[in-house]
Amino acid sequence: MSDFTTWDILRNLLLAARWTVLLSLVSFIGGSLVGMALLFARIGKSRGGRGFVRAYVEIFQGTPLLMQLFLTFFGLGLFGIDVPAWLAAGLALILWSAAFLTEIWRGCVESVAKGQWEASSSLGMGYLQQMRWVILPQALRVAVPPTVGFSVQVVKGTALTSIIGFVELSKAGTMVTNATFEPFTVYGFVALIYFCLCWPLSKSSQILERKLNVAHRNH
Amino acid sequence: MNYAFDFGWLFDYWPVLVKGILITVELTLVGGILGVSLGIACAWARALGPRWLGAIVATYVELIRNTPFLIQLFFIFFGLPALGVRMGELEAANLAMVINLGAYGCEIIRAGIQATPRGQFEAGASLGMSRIQTFWYVVLVPALQRIWPALSSQIVIVMLGSAAVSQIAAEDLTFAANFIQSRSFRAFESYFVATLIYLALAIGLRQLLRGLGWTIFPRRAAR
Amino acid sequence: MSLIEITEVKKRFGDNEVLKGINIDVAPGEVIAIIGKSGSGKSTLLRCINGLETIDEGSISVAGAQLLPDELHLKALRLKVGMIFQGFNLFPHLTAGRNVMLSQTVVKKTPKAEAEVMAKKMLERVGLAHKFDAYPDQLSGGQQQRVAIARALAMQPIALLCDEITSALDPELVNEVLSVVKELASEGMTLLMVTHEMRFARDVCSRVVFMHQGRVHEIGPPEKVFANPATPELKQFLGVIH
Ligand SMILES: Nc1ncnc2c1ncn2[C@@H]1O[C@H](COP(=O)(O)OP(=O)(O)O)[C@@H](O)[C@H]1O
Ligand SMILES: [Mg+2]
Repeated sequence: MSDFTTWDILRNLLLAARWTVLLSLVSFIGGSLVGMALLFARIGKSRGGRGFVRAYVEIFQGTPLLMQLFLTFFGLGLFGIDVPAWLAAGLALILWSAAFLTEIWRGCVESVAKGQWEASSSLGMGYLQQMRWVILPQALRVAVPPTVGFSVQVVKGTALTSIIGFVELSKAGTMVTNATFEPFTVYGFVALIYFCLCWPLSKSSQILERKLNVAHRNH
Repeated sequence: MNYAFDFGWLFDYWPVLVKGILITVELTLVGGILGVSLGIACAWARALGPRWLGAIVATYVELIRNTPFLIQLFFIFFGLPALGVRMGELEAANLAMVINLGAYGCEIIRAGIQATPRGQFEAGASLGMSRIQTFWYVVLVPALQRIWPALSSQIVIVMLGSAAVSQIAAEDLTFAANFIQSRSFRAFESYFVATLIYLALAIGLRQLLRGLGWTIFPRRAAR
Repeated sequence: MSLIEITEVKKRFGDNEVLKGINIDVAPGEVIAIIGKSGSGKSTLLRCINGLETIDEGSISVAGAQLLPDELHLKALRLKVGMIFQGFNLFPHLTAGRNVMLSQTVVKKTPKAEAEVMAKKMLERVGLAHKFDAYPDQLSGGQQQRVAIARALAMQPIALLCDEITSALDPELVNEVLSVVKELASEGMTLLMVTHEMRFARDVCSRVVFMHQGRVHEIGPPEKVFANPATPELKQFLGVIH
């Protein structure tokens, strides 16, 4: 039917998968930085800050990622910039990841017992000192498994950027399908590659969580 | 930025939007009900069923949870016809949502089942109930109650994820927004309105599920 | 003829032999107290009789029928023998009345109206008719345990197994449960109960079984077992209790 061998298909997909990986990394790292800033505002003293982050999370968790991608893409376009798809994709995914990571981490910080805050303020520590030396180190241990788990959502989320024209694994899948007319094989491979990217992350999140639970039980 | 926002098109295109909303709601309803049912069956298989069945279900769950919904959709709609399985956009969209929620629901509900005190199973058994009867009449409701918040969040996530079905031309809310922007050339406004509607749907769905929880589970869960 | 025949029963968990050859015959209407140190295998014995654990050797028969570990035989057995647990194990999502009705409608396929009548009657019997519509978490521990007794009675068993049914209760709630059991005993119900209530055992039981390290160490009428313990182990056990 075509001059594409199975290997050709796979090679094209793997090449495109590099962009999926890169976009995932950028989104996850960027999302973590923004999410950390939001976290401080969310658990901080300023009411305005807390309210802002609450609304931010509500909006990003209450609307489809696809819509966020569209709005970023066309919204940036309103400024007269000719927006490359990668920029809109990266920006939208960073903002989206930040919302979820903030929520996850807030739960972890709140799981640190109240007595810890009281004890550390009774020692005369300021807010930032408390966070730096008492709260975050404890929250961090709890935070690792769900954070790793969320990275899977980021990788899967990048698939939607194909819709605004970013050429990554999913887009490549559609392009190769259009050239080969073998959707079953092509999308099968695409799914397989995603699985190979995501499964190790899922698994390590599970293992980390189990370890954490065991450690807790031994306390 | 010298751009004038214009929402005038809303007057012309509201029937398109309404149809899109109805389809998104239909997808969510069917996906939610069948997806949770599938999730319950799978959770039973993994927690209490025969080992071979549990292994098959575990494979299904891992496959779904580690691949994007969009690709599952494409595989069902474009890939399966190669095996002679052909279906319309809406059927494919529904099927993909059920399969997707079934996998996530399975893991959530399984956690609820596994938190059941052993005494509940033993009480059921000592009264002469079979294992299936004990699961159905004794274990299931408190298990669902334990994980209802997590399950509700997952249903909302699946509803929001349904935006992707526009990519196989299922005429949901996102499809409507695409259609409107292609006619009115008001891309940002179209998607903005659609986004607001999604937000309202998400908030409404969350309230609905909370209310449903209150009616299904009149009492606190055990321990 | 014996109602329950326990013959040379052995039970192992891994290489830990918990029951090392138990022999007890229970006549209809007998009330038997099983006493002994924690870990001596009392619970395991009751659980074996109810088929919650499978035995490794020996045999158990109830009303002439052998206990076999398939679902059909187990169900038949459990229709004859009810069990009450230390932790009540009421179903938290059902009212007291529904707790009592459930197994009748599901297992015996009793019509709902009939099951409801029976549930009311059984709750009445344990003094809780007015709590028909209460959920377990609205009841005290003693009330919950009495509902559990009503639930078992509704299946019209010929014998009841009770595993430390007052151990999880606050002291002031113990008597309301024991008096229900006493009532059952006087009506001729066959009872096998693991208990730490020595006075109750002495007053109500026809025989006392002292278990020690997976064996029946001493068995006899309460006057003899309590007044003249034959073995140093029982002497020590009773000494600790008193
Ligand atoms: N499910 C089980 N698995 C392994 N060991 C058990 C189990 N149930 C009971 N055992 C062991 O059997 C022994 C007797 O337990 P049990 O019958 O509960 O004693 P009692 O009720 O007299 O306190 C104990 O050593 C206990 O650790
Ligand atoms: Mg015991």
